[in-house]
Amino acid sequence: MSKKSSPANCRYSDSHEWFRVEGNRVTVGITQFAANELTDITYVELKPNGTKIAAGGAVGVVESVKTTSDVYSVIGGTIVAVNPDVVKDPSLLNSDPFGKGWLVAIETTDAAPVSKLMDAATYDSKHAVH
Amino acid sequence: MTTATTPATALKKTPFHQFHLDHGAQMVEYAGWSMPIRYGSIIEEHKFCRASGGFFDVSHMGRLRFSGRHARRFLDRVCTRQIFGMTKGMCRYSLVCNERGGCRDDVLVYCFDEDEYLMVCNAANRDKLMQHFAEQKGDLVFKLEDETEKTAMAAFQGPKVMEVVSSMSREIPNLKRYRFTEKNLMIVKMIVSRTGYTGEDGVEVILGSMTAKLALSLLLKEKKDGSDVVKPIGLGARDSLRLEAGMPLYGHEIDEDTDPLSAGLAFAIKLDKGADDDRIGGFIGQAALQKIAKEGVKRTLVGLKVEGRRSPRQGMKVWKSGSAGDREVGVVTSGCLSPTLDYPIAMAYVPVEMSELGTPLAIDLGSAKAAAEIVKLPFYSALR
Repeated sequence: MSKKSSPANCRYSDSHEWFRVEGNRVTVGITQFAANELTDITYVELKPNGTKIAAGGAVGVVESVKTTSDVYSVIGGTIVAVNPDVVKDPSLLNSDPFGKGWLVAIETTDAAPVSKLMDAATYDSKHAVH
Repeated sequence: MTTATTPATALKKTPFHQFHLDHGAQMVEYAGWSMPIRYGSIIEEHKFCRASGGFFDVSHMGRLRFSGRHARRFLDRVCTRQIFGMTKGMCRYSLVCNERGGCRDDVLVYCFDEDEYLMVCNAANRDKLMQHFAEQKGDLVFKLEDETEKTAMAAFQGPKVMEVVSSMSREIPNLKRYRFTEKNLMIVKMIVSRTGYTGEDGVEVILGSMTAKLALSLLLKEKKDGSDVVKPIGLGARDSLRLEAGMPLYGHEIDEDTDPLSAGLAFAIKLDKGADDDRIGGFIGQAALQKIAKEGVKRTLVGLKVEGRRSPRQGMKVWKSGSAGDREVGVVTSGCLSPTLDYPIAMAYVPVEMSELGTPLAIDLGSAKAAAEIVKLPFYSALR
């Protein structure tokens, strides 16, 4: 387990998702802290391209040796990209959750809820990765 | 996504606590104890135990010593297995049942002498059993001491463990399964039994808490360059190892409302105990279990091989297709994506008439159903 800090170009929810906004496109994943807490991730299921989701809705399921968790999006919109690599190799979520382990991209007309989330420093101060 | 972290304060610490911290363990609360769930990857630890060897801190398990004139008689009253006839150096797996034939706990009883025994019980059931035993003592004369917190217990499991042990002792590798011996290593006195909870060969060791750290360093002789044949393994892999080995876990396969006959544990029940010898006496729950045996169990524990990659979890429903449509017929008690077999496995209760090997069933995963087939238990064992 690494002692890296979370990337500054993302925002963070209390339920350990990260959101990166680029124009009207928001990429969603889970944090290193969450991946560590879940332990070895063995299964990832994501809603398919084109799925409309409401703000607060689930975009997929992440399963580990220990538990099964839904992954939620704070923004509503349409899923425009899903990461096929992480479905094929769920361990990417443990090794590179902010990079190769991204989950979905959502096109939204309202990215405002993301700006209300924690920044990296606040998130890391609450959830230190050991 | 939700995660739960439990503060490590006010929890009991085992004598190996500092060892866990030194080895980077993630500590979690388990039955009031701070225990290592893993040191790195649970899956890697699981595979390492199957390929080489693992050290498990199991000091949280209860160790209760019964000694005195009526110790044996008392144990025969609370244990489903016959204790009478055990001789020094024998271990027996037993259930402790309630009057309804449900399981208060599953335990291992060690015989040191005809009036001295040690019982190893589950951590979560220790207080409950101590209370039960106090209530059942009656006029019987014996001493019951809870030695849990002045001792430590470690399991060493895996195909290379006995090689390592043989460099320290000639006697231990010759122990049969479910036999133990008392041994001195340097100044450390310990109880070593050929037992375990992984489906691998190996030993479990009980020793004084003061000398536990020293003994562990003598036993492990860590090189710390990655070449160790025995490495520490956490509770996470302990659970998936025992599940592959088809071994019950209290709170999953057995509990106060589940009888051991349905759980496939008939071997550990002496149904006619005391019938022709009143020195032995009957056991609590005997009448209820005799009735269940006579009428036949209605449901039984089976192993399921599951399609896909998802982990079945405790409480998920088991379904069966039929001419009248799909219907719910059973419930999962434990499940995981088996690290050894690389497919999902589960243990589940299903009606006896649907428990034949090869029966096609399905598990409701919530968003979808996964096909499953009844397979033989254990899923995996190096021991048979």
